[in-house]
Amino acid sequence: MEYEITLMTLAGIAVIAALGLNLITGFCGQISLGHAAFYGAGAYGAAMLTTNGVSFWLALPAGALVAGALGLVVGLASLRVRHDFLAITTMGVGFLFIGVVRQQDALGGEMGIYAIPDPGLGRLGYMVLVVVLAGLVAAFSLYLKRSWMGFAFDAIADDEDTALMVGIDVARYKLAAFAMGTAIAGVAGVLYAHEIKYIGPDSFGFPESIAMLAMVAVGGIGSVGGVAFAAVVMTVLPHWLQVVAEYKLLLYGALLFAVMRFSPGGLAGLVRSWRTRAGGFRIAATGKVEP
Amino acid sequence: MTALLEVRDVAVSFGGVRALDGVTFALQVGELLGLIGPNGAGKTTALRAITGTVRPDRGTVTLEGLELTRLPVHRRVRAGLGMSQQLVRPFRAMTAIENVMLAAGTAKTHAPFGALLKRDRGPEREKALAHLETVGIAEAAESAPDSLPLGTLKRLEMARALALEPKVLLLDEPLAGLNHVEARRLADTIVELNRGGVSIVLIEHNLGEVMRVCSRLVVLDNGRVLGDGAPEAVMADPAVRTAYLGAGAGVEAGHA
Ligand SMILES: Nc1ncnc2c1ncn2[C@@H]1O[C@H](COP(=O)(O)OP(=O)(O)OP(=O)(O)O)[C@@H](O)[C@H]1O
Ligand SMILES: [Mg+2]
Repeated sequence: MEYEITLMTLAGIAVIAALGLNLITGFCGQISLGHAAFYGAGAYGAAMLTTNGVSFWLALPAGALVAGALGLVVGLASLRVRHDFLAITTMGVGFLFIGVVRQQDALGGEMGIYAIPDPGLGRLGYMVLVVVLAGLVAAFSLYLKRSWMGFAFDAIADDEDTALMVGIDVARYKLAAFAMGTAIAGVAGVLYAHEIKYIGPDSFGFPESIAMLAMVAVGGIGSVGGVAFAAVVMTVLPHWLQVVAEYKLLLYGALLFAVMRFSPGGLAGLVRSWRTRAGGFRIAATGKVEP
Repeated sequence: MTALLEVRDVAVSFGGVRALDGVTFALQVGELLGLIGPNGAGKTTALRAITGTVRPDRGTVTLEGLELTRLPVHRRVRAGLGMSQQLVRPFRAMTAIENVMLAAGTAKTHAPFGALLKRDRGPEREKALAHLETVGIAEAAESAPDSLPLGTLKRLEMARALALEPKVLLLDEPLAGLNHVEARRLADTIVELNRGGVSIVLIEHNLGEVMRVCSRLVVLDNGRVLGDGAPEAVMADPAVRTAYLGAGAGVEAGHA
């Protein structure tokens, strides 16, 4: 049972992180290859607090705030670049984060931070907390999608120039997407740090960013249910199959490429086209992908 | 009296190409102004300089005395400009009516977190349907843009601009892709909109319709204003006839 609880907790954390990225990449159309940096910022921010005696319940929002603030800064920097270059910029942010963390003795340097205090909820209680938070993030995503903010995101993901022509302040909306998506990644990071009780630079590297992007792409860019499902499967799989664990970066990288190339709608897109073929009714295409 | 929209000494170049070379003209309140000229004259570039899509090398654009020159595109749109582009740019992942609804919802999309708190799309759907009816494509409301012919997409582009409820409507060849009857009907619609209080700049190659509906013409050629005045007077000007229609050609020559 212990093992299942751990898996479930880790899967819930992955769902939160992936849904955060889905706000940025899926809803607003801004690719990010550095999402693990914000995940890490939340983890480090909170771990610094709780190892110094601050309550977990204060560290949780604080971690979100740190990650969201960093996300806002990166978002500002990314306003000037488009598509392909945004991928490179965000990747750079990911490497920069790791580089800085390694050099900072205050952040544990290469050794990382260990003996992170237990939040005291018990294994099951902590799992419930994670699952509830994942549910809240999913509900928020679904709400957002149907709000006018989601409507404007659709336009920006579709065609930025035309979004401007209907009066949408594209830059501000992008910043909002970055701030929210990265703050949510920060929450996932806090939860991760207090689950594993140890974090180091390697916990938040490029492979993690690729894995998260693969979850979003495989699930179906923008589809909340699809992304959550993919996040669960892709978190659990490496624990069950040793090969997947060993070749994670390679496998998930290849998967990411394959989805972009052959089924840009991801799993959600496949399900939609199956339904369309089976039921004989037409559903307008949604979600455009920049390969 | 100051003009509603004033373009003063605007110059635009793309690399070595001088697309606009000191263009000055104005749109008065309630006018339906025809902006004409041969291919490559700079008509589209002039509208894009007005909306801010291209940055002029010099010159100013003002709307109701408000200097637009340094404002980004979305601010100009919110100040009262609506543009229907020559090359259609629908949001392809949305249905036709959603394209128009989004434009009808500028009050709701003003600020991101304000937009997050608003969900009701009902009023915008009603308005959008009315705009689609105005341009005569209500039957295409639920269609995906990729399934629609060019003539319908051109009118969708116009409906979306209308939904912004602009003070100045900029129309770049709205009749392109329409047959004779459809073109005439849409030209009549443009006149009705104008009578309803919208001031309009109309770029159009269909000279027959331009002469019929416009109250004034500005002729561009090679990035310069060649003529500006009442349609008959402008078209009678030898310089305009030579440059625009070829020597000796009449207005009846139709398509330029
Ligand atoms: N983005 C661009 N890059 C380079 N050159 C451009 C660009 N846009 C326009 N031009 C050039 O600027 C000049 C004016 O073009 P513009 O599109 O404004 O003409 P137009 O009067 O609208 O013509 P048409 O009747 O064919 O639509 C042309 O020589 C054109 O090739
Ligand atoms: Mg043109």
